[in-house]
Amino acid sequence: MGEVAAWIAVAAVPLVFGQHAALINEIAILALFAMSLDLILGYAGIVSLGHAAYFGAGAYGAALFAKHVMPDPLLGLAVGTSAGALLGLATSPMIVRGTDLTRLMVTMGIALVLLELANKFDNITGGIDGLQGVVIGPLLGVFEFDLGARVASFYSLAVLFIAFVLLRRIVHSPLGVSMQALRDNRLRLMSLGASVPARLAAVYTLGAALAGAAGALLTQTTGFVSLDVLEFHRSADVMLALVIGGTGWLWGGPIGAVAFKLMHDLLSAVTTQYWTFWIGLFLVVLMLVGRERLFRPWLWWRRGFVR
Amino acid sequence: MLTLLFDGVAYGMLLFVLALGLAVTMGLMNFINLAHGAFAMAGGYVLIVLMQRHGWPFLACLPVAFVVTALAGALLERTLYRPMYAKPHLDQVLFSIGLAFMAVASVDYFAGSSPQTVQLPEWLRVRFEFGEGAWQLGMGAYRLFIVAVCVALALALQATLNGTRFGSRLRASVDDPRVAAGLGIPVNRVFLVTFAVGSGLAGLGGALGADILGLEPTFPLKYMVYFLIVCAVGGTSSITGPLLAALVLGIADVMGKYYAPKLGGFIVYVLMIAILLWRPQGLFTREARR
Repeated sequence: MGEVAAWIAVAAVPLVFGQHAALINEIAILALFAMSLDLILGYAGIVSLGHAAYFGAGAYGAALFAKHVMPDPLLGLAVGTSAGALLGLATSPMIVRGTDLTRLMVTMGIALVLLELANKFDNITGGIDGLQGVVIGPLLGVFEFDLGARVASFYSLAVLFIAFVLLRRIVHSPLGVSMQALRDNRLRLMSLGASVPARLAAVYTLGAALAGAAGALLTQTTGFVSLDVLEFHRSADVMLALVIGGTGWLWGGPIGAVAFKLMHDLLSAVTTQYWTFWIGLFLVVLMLVGRERLFRPWLWWRRGFVR
Repeated sequence: MLTLLFDGVAYGMLLFVLALGLAVTMGLMNFINLAHGAFAMAGGYVLIVLMQRHGWPFLACLPVAFVVTALAGALLERTLYRPMYAKPHLDQVLFSIGLAFMAVASVDYFAGSSPQTVQLPEWLRVRFEFGEGAWQLGMGAYRLFIVAVCVALALALQATLNGTRFGSRLRASVDDPRVAAGLGIPVNRVFLVTFAVGSGLAGLGGALGADILGLEPTFPLKYMVYFLIVCAVGGTSSITGPLLAALVLGIADVMGKYYAPKLGGFIVYVLMIAILLWRPQGLFTREARR
């Protein structure tokens, strides 16, 4: 019941704060992106520093589709999602092997390779200047994307909602439960006869698909895509948002996205150039003190409280 | 051709000195320290400040860069890093990224965001040339100096690691911290010293290579990937692994930038992924660890 109420509140947000529709749109996209990372990191325990690769694949997929094939946003969203999923499927064998460090390096490497490729083939991707001339048609043939981003914010929130419902089903399905088992004790799951690589590949592909959807949303609602979608800071930002919101539960992504974006907005308003310092400080304190204890100070005095 | 090879070797040796501290941190405490580049940057800026504001000679600045960053490393290890050892890898990664962000922003604040240039002394700007045609070997005195210093450092480190009591304690702690602690080796203190020396080496490398690497506030993030590649590919259990990995990386990078400038880091990254898929524990590890 609590979740239903929360979603009704979320749906009311663009109506109440109509003048901040662009920010709401950004938050919804980041929330979707963070949720996709949560599936991989929080549920399956795969450490990834290159999740932007799938975001970028979706963004460029949707942009190229809109430019060269047809401008319908829903079809474009499907194309972006499949682009992310395909890339995820293709790269999933690479993340199955090795330790945390190897996985970290390989995921980061994948994103960097894609960035270099996008930079190299600038006749297709537009290179560092970004892809020009991406025109997105009206949503469902009726609602034009306006400059105030009102349609965009409803669109992104709707996609976020669908993804949330979907993930909720998946996480509580046998596959989702086995993923958590895999995160907690891989050896034991193997001895139960479950195929670990297949499960990892499935969940990684799913996460990549959702990241692709988030990328496609960004392209469609801004009508622009550049190398920025593949940059390292995007992978780091989404990780940050997720960690602020908390890994391993579905609301972690949305809550983290709201907190991160608001913090970002506030800090950049105060110090435009040095906001990374405060983000960094926040991270350090968060990690040193521990999430649980920082957000629940009343636990400090409880004896024997261990994170 | 040979000139490129030589430049690659110089670059690789520099990367080795820079990344060595990171390799030890990873091997010893299983800690992924993404803020390692910040120490290198600190060393570079110490050099800049001393040379430009106080007019110190280049050579005198190098040991100071080492000492200052080593002290900073020891301080940070004691206060901030130690509580993080027992935490999961993800927490460590985020913690150290946060540190790196802070370092970037602080340097930006105090020194400005523009790249700094080093006024090299006269005797380092000489250039030697041997042979001719395709096989001509041109060696800048600066790069020659870097190679000499780095080789000396590598030899000294190897000797320390293999020949002294501290070295054998360190190796024991790397192999199995718990058993080492059980045998009465003060693992924490060994680690403190190692961390300080590793940071100091990074600072020295940053100061030494300030002219090649380019010194600007985003330095820690820019070279983080390279340091990590050296450690991931070379493995963290020996000194030769990172050395070879750094040399390969340096040569591949210099050659790649010369022959295929548009591809940029592409070759290096693909190579890294391929090697890691082939040998997830690194190229030169003795056995799969744990």
